[in-house]
Amino acid sequence: MTTTSKPQVSRRTLLKSAVTAGAALVVGFEVPQIAKADPAKAAVNPFRAWVRIDRAGQVTLISARSEMGQGISSALPMILAEELGVDWKDVRVEQALTDPTLYGDQGTGGSGSVAGSWTPLRQAGAAARVMLIGAAAERWKVSPADCTVRNGYVHHQSDKIAYGDLVESASKRPIPDLATVPLKSPRDFQIVGKPMPRKDIPLKTDGSAQFGIDVRLPGMLYAVVERCPVFGGKVKSFDATKAKALPGVRDVFEIPAVPEGVHSWGGVAVVANTTWIAMQARKQLRIDWDYGPHATESSESLRRQFRRIVDSPCKVVFNTGDADAAISGSPAEKKVEADYELPFQAHATMEPMNCTVHVKPDGAEVWAPAQGPDWVNGVVAQATGLTPDKVKVHTTYMGGGFGRRYQADFAVEAAQIGKKMTGTPVQLVWSREDDMTHDFYRPASYHRVSGAIDSQGNILAWKHRSTSTSIADWWDRKSPPESSELGCTLQMPYIAKNYKLEYLPAQSGVPRAWWRSVEASSIGFVMESYMDELAHAAGADPYEFRIAKLGDGRKIGNPLNPKDTALEADRMKGVLKLAASKAGWGSPLAAGQGRGIACHFSFNSYAANVAEVTVSQGAVKVNRIVSAVDIGIAVNPEGVRAQVESAIVYGLTAALKSQITIQDGRAVESNFNKFPTLAMNETPRLEVYIVPSEVAPTGIGEPGLPPVAPAVMNAIFAATGKRIRRLPVIPSDLV
Amino acid sequence: MPEITFLVNGKSTVVEVSGDTPLLWVLRDTLNLTGTKYGCGIAQCGACTVHIDGQVQRSCVYPVSAVAGKNVTTIEGLSENRTHPLQEAWIAEQVPQCGYCQSGQIMTAAGFLKSNQHPTPDDVDKAMSNNICRCGTAQRIRAAILRAAAAMNGAPGQGQSKATGGEL
Ligand code: FES
Ligand code: FES
Repeated sequence: MTTTSKPQVSRRTLLKSAVTAGAALVVGFEVPQIAKADPAKAAVNPFRAWVRIDRAGQVTLISARSEMGQGISSALPMILAEELGVDWKDVRVEQALTDPTLYGDQGTGGSGSVAGSWTPLRQAGAAARVMLIGAAAERWKVSPADCTVRNGYVHHQSDKIAYGDLVESASKRPIPDLATVPLKSPRDFQIVGKPMPRKDIPLKTDGSAQFGIDVRLPGMLYAVVERCPVFGGKVKSFDATKAKALPGVRDVFEIPAVPEGVHSWGGVAVVANTTWIAMQARKQLRIDWDYGPHATESSESLRRQFRRIVDSPCKVVFNTGDADAAISGSPAEKKVEADYELPFQAHATMEPMNCTVHVKPDGAEVWAPAQGPDWVNGVVAQATGLTPDKVKVHTTYMGGGFGRRYQADFAVEAAQIGKKMTGTPVQLVWSREDDMTHDFYRPASYHRVSGAIDSQGNILAWKHRSTSTSIADWWDRKSPPESSELGCTLQMPYIAKNYKLEYLPAQSGVPRAWWRSVEASSIGFVMESYMDELAHAAGADPYEFRIAKLGDGRKIGNPLNPKDTALEADRMKGVLKLAASKAGWGSPLAAGQGRGIACHFSFNSYAANVAEVTVSQGAVKVNRIVSAVDIGIAVNPEGVRAQVESAIVYGLTAALKSQITIQDGRAVESNFNKFPTLAMNETPRLEVYIVPSEVAPTGIGEPGLPPVAPAVMNAIFAATGKRIRRLPVIPSDLV
Repeated sequence: MPEITFLVNGKSTVVEVSGDTPLLWVLRDTLNLTGTKYGCGIAQCGACTVHIDGQVQRSCVYPVSAVAGKNVTTIEGLSENRTHPLQEAWIAEQVPQCGYCQSGQIMTAAGFLKSNQHPTPDDVDKAMSNNICRCGTAQRIRAAILRAAAAMNGAPGQGQSKATGGEL
């Protein structure tokens, strides 16, 4: 999830063609998936999708990636349509069923879908084009080299033949070698790089887009689950007499927790004729809970633990030079030490978790709004005792994902309920309260950064000691806890003579996992806030200071993961310069206003933000955010701008408005009244600029987020002289 | 259980449910009109917004007994074939991301434009600030409402569509 790989062009790629019943040309291909922790799994589980051209010339792409608002169901077919040479309005998208043997990994996350599909989709589209040209050239008895394609036709001088008329003969032609199939030059692109209308948008203006929670099947029942409010607690006993007595209630039963791999909590399920009846009956349950070992945990106890940890040396993860000696040898006025704190964050997708399951004795069908439908397939198979090939997973539209829908806990619960109700379709619905109090949260973390500058303003030492409720620690005790927590600190973009990273995990019963931009959401805030503090200590302009410390032509690899894509410091300078110039960096602002800048590298993409704020009477208003991104080729620039706008607003909510606090081992905030989000009248003017590029695309769903909070906090400092080191901002921090 | 009769998108409808059931769940689970969404259940997010006798209401806290004899309009009934100026503006501005909040946003905006035909950006902000969009589409929603208002005032085609690279 946190790493993406470049498409591996060298991998032997299969291409098959077949004439289907409808005499359509079917070109199948494999797309290298997002690299997972286990590369062997990647090799045996490639994901495939198909191009279909029917006689009317309609092109259909079957996409195995999940649409959660990021526009992937248009960005992927745009790539294909480009190489095929068809009109965008002729391209249709179909969501693939989930079939692990056929599609392999269908996970959508890590901002990796476009990056991973770019080359394979181009090759597949180009191969189909070559075959269509070959068929036309044969019919005309001319050289293929003299033929061109345009809008679904092969052209030769004044002649043209529609793709639909060529399908049958084209499909019998030899399949070109994908490694050498001619790809279009980016300069000739007609679709890629143009702001194309997304195919799913009209359906999202009239209520017709079907989300997971909208699935309706004949005879379907609805279920809710009462889970222990304390993380890790379980049912001791329960009395369902009153609940069962309500008209419309069909069944009440316990479902077990599935701690291994999935982390579903178990609880008491209520099945009823409607969602509302199930919710009402649930309130009538009498449950005696065993609260388990975490019932006394609180945000304050965690904070005390964090501080205890960073007060002593932690495990040295990376070290170059001698940062400790450089700091202790520096005069006090050249030293900077700061503690930064970030809370748990909920995903709070607009559509709460849900999943619909129809279990029959010989198979199951699942409708899941899931980022990991293949994982859903596996866990449903396990929960129902069926083999994975007997489980059919339909991926629905998703009301937001942000990482939450990568989990399979809701699918396991639905499968457990569906199995008990075998023969009857059941939709499990989480209430908003369930969703917010049983999330897998963005980890809470605490960072102590110390360092020094020399008399010329060079960064002499930078030492980052941190602790957090590690994601790796929660999910996979085989990986070191720091493997999920350090992000770009392992690819330090700035020149620092002595650099040291220390980390130790904190113990916590609070579930955590991937939240939009994962560890970059925290690491970006810490690094870019500290960078601003150093600039201030050096008496330098924060923008100029960053540009200077990025150097020239530097490439920074990840010392612990040498295969990771190197950070190119010049591209970082590129986004900084673009954002600064568009924002009018250095131009005067009114009294009470301030401007801040920050940049970050994540998911192999570069993003910089300039924020303008007004601070008055303990309140901060963000007036404007100017963002610049370098993501290689922007397949759909309008989609890219929308994603960056989205990441900025999501990041602002976390920086300014909301958090999850823990009390008595449970989440305190349970609905939007306690977890406010950025409203329209608080939304700043957003401007997004894209660095022109001809290199392969990288991710954009997440990279816009990390530089949001630091740009705003640096702007608050510029306006008030107050450093905000603990998120979210609270009014008393500002007065 | 009592029978409750009301109009939904112009059609006379009879349901037999407990009268305290929120209209939201009657629409979604009994009538299979799933365009109206559940987001919070406590009148905080606006995803469930519908019109009742022309008034903007949050259906998650509106008991179905109270709609007896009334006229309910949901997103499905806003227009034929997405021809409401707001729907056209939503497409032109490429507003939706996940889209889950958008039924409620559009229904809120439709009610607002009936009461204010010449809104300023500030008016729009005030009217829309109680609707939550986790995908962060507020800036585009504001632009789309202003675009739709202009179109309704006889200034169609003002400004270019955001997605100029091709038509649908
Ligand atoms: S569901 Fe009604 S306001 Fe949120
Ligand atoms: S578009 Fe996703 S919540 Fe608004």
